[in-house]
Amino acid sequence: MRRLLLGTAVAAAATAALAFLVLPVAAIFLRVPPGKLIHQLSSPLVTDALIVSIKTSAIAQALILLFGTPLAYVLATRRFRGHSLLVTLVELPLVLPPAVAGLGLLALFGRSGLLGTSIPFTQTAVVLAVAFVASPLYIRQAIAAFEAVDPNLVAASRTLGAGPVRTFFRVVLPLSRGGLAAGEALAFARGLGEFGATIMFAGSLQGVTQTLPLAVYQAFAINLDTALAIGALLVVVSAVLLVVLKLVLSWQPSRRTSSFLFARST
Amino acid sequence: MATLSADFELPLRSFDLRLALDVERTVALVGPSGAGKSSVLRAIAGLVRPSGRIALDGEVWLDESTFRLPEDRRVGLVFQEYALFPHLTVERNVAFGGKARVGELLERFRISHLAHARPGELSGGERQRVALARALARDPGVLLLDEPLSALDAHTKDTVRLELQELLQSFDLPTLIVTHDYEDAAALAGTVGVLVEGELRQLGSPADLVSQPSDPFVASFTGANLLRGHVTSVEDGLTGVRLDTGEIVYSTDPALGEVGVVVYPWDVSIGRVHADDSALNLIHGEIGSLSRVGNRVRVRVGPVTAEVTTASAERLELAQGGVAVASFKATGTRLVPLAG
Repeated sequence: MRRLLLGTAVAAAATAALAFLVLPVAAIFLRVPPGKLIHQLSSPLVTDALIVSIKTSAIAQALILLFGTPLAYVLATRRFRGHSLLVTLVELPLVLPPAVAGLGLLALFGRSGLLGTSIPFTQTAVVLAVAFVASPLYIRQAIAAFEAVDPNLVAASRTLGAGPVRTFFRVVLPLSRGGLAAGEALAFARGLGEFGATIMFAGSLQGVTQTLPLAVYQAFAINLDTALAIGALLVVVSAVLLVVLKLVLSWQPSRRTSSFLFARST
Repeated sequence: MATLSADFELPLRSFDLRLALDVERTVALVGPSGAGKSSVLRAIAGLVRPSGRIALDGEVWLDESTFRLPEDRRVGLVFQEYALFPHLTVERNVAFGGKARVGELLERFRISHLAHARPGELSGGERQRVALARALARDPGVLLLDEPLSALDAHTKDTVRLELQELLQSFDLPTLIVTHDYEDAAALAGTVGVLVEGELRQLGSPADLVSQPSDPFVASFTGANLLRGHVTSVEDGLTGVRLDTGEIVYSTDPALGEVGVVVYPWDVSIGRVHADDSALNLIHGEIGSLSRVGNRVRVRVGPVTAEVTTASAERLELAQGGVAVASFKATGTRLVPLAG
């Protein structure tokens, strides 16, 4: 009897949790008919935001890869005093409230900030805000991926006549590819959804700094259907990213160098 | 043949590694794990930077003012677990060292049929051949082998050791092998050094190390006699081996061709006259050397070394130059295949 009761309780809790996670996402699609959703996507508010999001995301992610990869490699392969402190500092933006991140960027790049620039409330500010909050996700994954490469393989490459650069591109990079891709996918998803730091540091100017999440917020005040349409678009993009990520990870099960990010869908 | 000379000092975690060694043909360093063996190879390959001097003939790789990076030293280092690139095929692993001779090397190491396989699909012996082919593809001036046989199971080890020995003979390169297994060292190299806690305790031929160990540790570590010869008869489950020194000894191990007869010094008895017992193998000869090791004495008679207690040695009045009979049972021997 007690076992039956326990079983029922567990099943009820699981069902409730599942419904709680699935239904809000489903509601976005169920509230408005699909035809109307697609029609809403052609409004200037949406197309402008889409262009801003694509452009700033692309630039921010390129910067994350370009600067984050060397940093991750150094942190993964060198041991020095203050190493753990440095890793923690790199991870800090991840747990920082986004509004605080925006505030920090203002304090550094603002006209009266430490560097005194005119970056705030420009598209560059969007790029910086996205890069700031999203890069730790990539760097963390990249450190783990690089650390998982057998140091003997690097040594073997060197004794076979390959210098450090050739060794990196022909041995380290191919072997850590899966982990790097996973980290980049996470950083991309995080950057695409960036809201708090962007609105603090870049504002929400249509066609300039208004990204899709900011457009959702603005549309919400004017026309709920438009907000829902953008929401649906973001859900689709995020879902595609998640599926791609899972495929990337399951393609290389033996070479996967990252710890479990998501349950494997098998 | 070129000569690799190494004379360096490298601080390790719990002791300093000090080594002065010239490698002309094949030298094996043997020692317990943690003795600094792998560090010797890493220092020669340039993966760590010791202080001292390392040179291949006139080409200085390391001295006070020089430190050549690994990619600028002509070394072929074969790692303990072979360190094959898991994301590359066999062919591309070999080509990583140098593209010029890939086809020839695949042919020579009998791995042409595996050209498109990945390392994960290969057996231990095949992996070793790929690792050797890859190391040779860069056309090295010296070959370094880290525990070449330890990644193999006992069953394939004999075959692979024989293969490796034949290959080493054909390379004509100064070769330094490190291993924890004295028998492998004795089978593969003409000169064996015993490395303990970063220090080279003794360097000599395998026979010298067994008959005249410099201290009890070397004595306990060097283990067996390895007597080279070839099989001349196989009858009634007994294999007759004519040793290179002329004697014929028998073993219950089956084998053909060139072999090493392995017998432990403590399984060999020494007498002044031929004792009439069950030992089938008798070697008459002059006592070549007597070495005291703790409370025991190593006695070399002809090619074989026996270990007897000090009391027995005194009772038999053994002396260098005297005549003695060494006897050991056919069942106390093992045969390992060797290259001719």
